[in-house]
Amino acid sequence: MQLYLPIAEVSVNAFLLLGLGGMVGVLSGMFGVGGGFLITPLLMFIGIPPAVAVATGANQVVASSVSGVLAHVKRRTVDFRMGLVLLAGGMFGSGAGIIVFDWMRRMGQVELMVQLSYVVFLGLIGIMMFQESLRAITRAGKPGAVPRRAHQHYLVHHLPLKMKFRTSGLYISVIPPVAVGASVGFLAAIMGVGGGFIMVPAMIYLLGMPTKVVIGTSLFQIIFVTAFTTLMHAVTAYSVDILLAVVLIVGGVIGAQIGTQIGMKLKAEQLRILLAILVLAVAVKIGLDLVLRPDELFSISAGRLP
Amino acid sequence: MRWLALVSMLLVAGVQAQAEQVVAGLSQSRVAITANFDGSEIMIYGAVAREAPMPETPPNVIVTIEGPAVPVTVRRKSREVGIWINTSSVRISRAPAFYAIATTGPLADILSDTEDVRHKISINRAIRAVGAATQADDSPAFTDALIRLQKGLGNYLTAEGSVVIDQGTLFRADVVLPANLTEGLFRARIFLLRDGEVLDVQETLIDVHKDGIERFLHRLAFNNPVIYGLLALVIAALAGWGASAAFGVLRR
Repeated sequence: MQLYLPIAEVSVNAFLLLGLGGMVGVLSGMFGVGGGFLITPLLMFIGIPPAVAVATGANQVVASSVSGVLAHVKRRTVDFRMGLVLLAGGMFGSGAGIIVFDWMRRMGQVELMVQLSYVVFLGLIGIMMFQESLRAITRAGKPGAVPRRAHQHYLVHHLPLKMKFRTSGLYISVIPPVAVGASVGFLAAIMGVGGGFIMVPAMIYLLGMPTKVVIGTSLFQIIFVTAFTTLMHAVTAYSVDILLAVVLIVGGVIGAQIGTQIGMKLKAEQLRILLAILVLAVAVKIGLDLVLRPDELFSISAGRLP
Repeated sequence: MRWLALVSMLLVAGVQAQAEQVVAGLSQSRVAITANFDGSEIMIYGAVAREAPMPETPPNVIVTIEGPAVPVTVRRKSREVGIWINTSSVRISRAPAFYAIATTGPLADILSDTEDVRHKISINRAIRAVGAATQADDSPAFTDALIRLQKGLGNYLTAEGSVVIDQGTLFRADVVLPANLTEGLFRARIFLLRDGEVLDVQETLIDVHKDGIERFLHRLAFNNPVIYGLLALVIAALAGWGASAAFGVLRR
């Protein structure tokens, strides 16, 4: 069944879209990520214009984050105060990202910018996660391994403007969370992702937050950052395709529930190393597209009449 | 008596110039793009009307269907510091979003160059690259690329020899409009030709427009982007909440 998308102005197979949404949903349920970093490149791959893919990807992340955060609110594993501080930075970063995105769109370089940021960020995160989980697996193999200290002192403990975060059990400066929020917001705007894959390690390693509140808090603030991003893309570039988003969301929410069930049967280290491989695979694929000579050097873009 | 001579001269001239005329119709003059729009087929049918007996050879017919003209930017990638980047671009001021030609024979044989220039029938002529030369050294390469890409996407179609003339009078052409259609007024032209010269032209418009939910969403997105954006968010939030609630119930 073909589906004509009103904003993307292309006709795609509805079942292909449902399948894409479902597949990404399974992965996001398994790994606890929004899946934006998979959906946006996949949409571009099936012929959705990059600007629409990024904006609609952000919209899809809103739905998957809302679905995810509700479970965490019930388990009281959301640090709302930290979430709001991150969000303050996130709004700022997202606004800046939208301006850069709009500017690059006019220059005809949106695709390049999106691809480059995917290669750089997915590559870095993928390598870091891969190393870390490999270490965790070898450590788990050895008996009598030393567990990580609960309270480590980082640079963040010496900055001014300290604030108490009770749920996380932290008393740290607000500058690092605002900065982390801002950079994730920026990426959300230019990559169409929630940024969970950057937010989660940053919260653990930079802010020293306990692992159990990290995912819930990250999802909580991602909802608002991606919602803001979606709205801004809709206003500046008219590039959010609701019909596309709805089909992806329907596939995604069903997939996410299946993925959660699969995820519960696997060990945490195994999950992380699989996610690392997946992230690296996406980065390498996009990187090769940039480096190898493309089959078609020319591309066309219609000057839309508003 | 002079006026009578004049009138008869005009009459004769008129009849000679219009010795053969084309009368044509379309199977549909409106195309609605709905959510499950999967392309559409338009049949163009017609007849050659004559005052005099038919000459020995049958005339030729060219049918063109042209989408709304929009400015198009063609970009070319080149290798910069190891990666492929869009470096040069040419802005083609007006290019139809869709263009289909159906003919009774090879275009080069049935249409003279002068007539092509006058009526802008062939794809190359229909695309006007005004001022393109100022932006890149080899702008013809960009125009060629546009045509090649649009042909690949099924937006520019050439079907030489697909129009069949029956008994030298009746003809019919089928043009398939692709699924990736843009909105606007499409212009259908039916040319009647003999020895490369255009004898008669008939023009009709086809109204291609989004309908139903497509129309509603497109209008809303461009006219009320804030409301549209909020609607997208409400749908996303409801879907997220609904999914978690529904599966919560299922698990219990």
